[in-house]
Amino acid sequence: MKDIAIVGYQQSDLVSDAGACNEVEMIIPVLGKLYEQVGITNAQDVDFVCSGSCDYLQGAAFAFVMGVDALGAVPPIKESHVEMDAAWALYESILKIRMGQAESALIYGFGKSSPGELPIVLSQQLDPYYLAPLWVDTVSLAAMQARMMLDQGLITEQDMAEVVARSRQNARRNPHAQLAGDVSADDVLAQETFVSPLRKADMCPVSDGASAVVIATVEKAREWGIPYAVISGIDHCIETHNLGMRDLTDSSSTRTAAKNAGMHNGAVDVAELYAPFSHQEIILTRALGLDSNTSINPSGGVLAGNPMMAAGLSRIGEVFNRIVSGEASRGIAHATSGPCLQHNLVTVLEKA
Amino acid sequence: MSQPEILNQAFELAYTYTRSTGPVIGRFLTELKKRNIVGIKASDGRVIVPPMEYDPDTAQELSEFVEVGQEGEIVSFAWVKEPREAHPSDKPFAWALIRLDGADVPMVHCVAAGSEEQVSTGARVKAVWAEETIGFITDIRCFELV
Amino acid sequence: MSEENEVITGIDAPVALKYNFTAGAAAARFLTQVKKGVLTGQRCPKCSQVYVPPRGSCAACGVPTEEEVELSDKATVQSFTIVSIPIPNNPIQPPYVIANLVADGANISFIHLMSECVNEEVHIGQRVQAQWKPQEEWDYAMDNIRYFTPIDEPDVPVEKIGHVPVSGWEG
Repeated sequence: MKDIAIVGYQQSDLVSDAGACNEVEMIIPVLGKLYEQVGITNAQDVDFVCSGSCDYLQGAAFAFVMGVDALGAVPPIKESHVEMDAAWALYESILKIRMGQAESALIYGFGKSSPGELPIVLSQQLDPYYLAPLWVDTVSLAAMQARMMLDQGLITEQDMAEVVARSRQNARRNPHAQLAGDVSADDVLAQETFVSPLRKADMCPVSDGASAVVIATVEKAREWGIPYAVISGIDHCIETHNLGMRDLTDSSSTRTAAKNAGMHNGAVDVAELYAPFSHQEIILTRALGLDSNTSINPSGGVLAGNPMMAAGLSRIGEVFNRIVSGEASRGIAHATSGPCLQHNLVTVLEKA
Repeated sequence: MSQPEILNQAFELAYTYTRSTGPVIGRFLTELKKRNIVGIKASDGRVIVPPMEYDPDTAQELSEFVEVGQEGEIVSFAWVKEPREAHPSDKPFAWALIRLDGADVPMVHCVAAGSEEQVSTGARVKAVWAEETIGFITDIRCFELV
Repeated sequence: MSEENEVITGIDAPVALKYNFTAGAAAARFLTQVKKGVLTGQRCPKCSQVYVPPRGSCAACGVPTEEEVELSDKATVQSFTIVSIPIPNNPIQPPYVIANLVADGANISFIHLMSECVNEEVHIGQRVQAQWKPQEEWDYAMDNIRYFTPIDEPDVPVEKIGHVPVSGWEG
């Protein structure tokens, strides 16, 4: 089986409202920078393209098809789409390469969540008989998860606030971050609760944005002569949709995916975790068995900006950046989907 | 090129899905209409409310219905200070995971209460029925503190 | 079976989501011009094709389109269909003609209505012109043009459709 590597990553600035900027206008500048980074002209120069987006975010039917207008699809290209975070588009692309049908792939994700009421839009992805008709929003579900942890003494509000403070501090070095600053845990705790026990600071912001990655076989990456990071493992697992049957204080699916992806075959210098709520970073850190030897969310994570359908792919890109810069030798990226960390994907990246 | 004018248009994307319930969900909703609550026994004997068609752990098809109580206890909750337009209440309320008497698996529903201080994990609640029941999850209008 | 014992086999689950849609930059520029009674396209810097309505990119080349091009409100029929059945919630009464039209100066068609014509005589290559609403009714909308009507100009041969300059068709 051929080894596969990430050879390029770019993302847009994360903003609360991209305003007069449609899907294509959001994606094109990101792809332009990525082509330059990798040294290719356009999507014609890769063997496969896969994107991740969700039309419900902006309420525009077939917005994902509009995204294709950014590619230059004449003559026709091999192209696919997942109605999920683009981290899963990367997963599909890896399968495509492993099956021998491609040597390289372009993956992009984009989300314009600002036109709708995101937690309510996401309520409609829940069980259509028992939950969606109640319009129970995803922030409230996460708040119940946080309270379980607080009630059981697994975390304190101070622990949650420290996650937020570290995110804001780390994000000061991330030029694309939406929320960054010299924030302390005390500053966070001084906020009133919003959906109790959560404070607004415990929640990721609503963001518009896009990101993109190019992957290729290691042979191809060498041929292109550009820095790369090897994808040594990737896996994803999902838990039942019945929230009452899950242990919401743990993330068993993340643990299983990490094990299957070979995370434990070496040290983990850096971990980018898709934790849309502060307490979820703690759940993930524990499920993965990470300790102080690992730098967690050096980009600020999604508490600093959460472009739906791109943020999971961006976690992979952020780890790639740290490996090619020499800051880390080995790292993991996590992506999530569904309420309360239902579906989780873990990617292991290593220095070439 | 100059910056374009910002053109906004508010719109509502609305449609009604007609969904088949199948025998398991159909049975639960039929019972709701009659103001009863039923669960189903999982492979390991745990009672799941609302009932599921298949056991998420073993994939076994489930069929043994069990009537459960209309009272139960709060397993966890979220206090909503500022209800959203789509929410079932325009006054502050709680979303909760509620384990009904006779059930092992908690269900999600809303709890009406005057203030956050009145609600707690472990608190006893009971189902409040809608004036007219039609065989829909909102036949249980909410739960209230006992 | 009495209603009391009726078994539920299906539910109606209404979904209603509210959005505040914002037009993209290209669409906003186009609609701002349409409000002034002008059709504007965008030219691809690579293949020179002119798109209307523009979306901010050339879908064929995958590059941003920035050059704006004013177009004529005269156009050529590239394709058409006669709609004979009523479409729910559509105020237009059948039979009516929907056509793919290429405006003079553009290379790619857009869809609009044709009217004040003999439906059975509508044909590919036919020359048409926009019939605008009264100016005081103009808004940020493509229906500032009520429909297109045939004009007395020679047909455009199929191979020339999509290549008529903004100055018009000499025949």
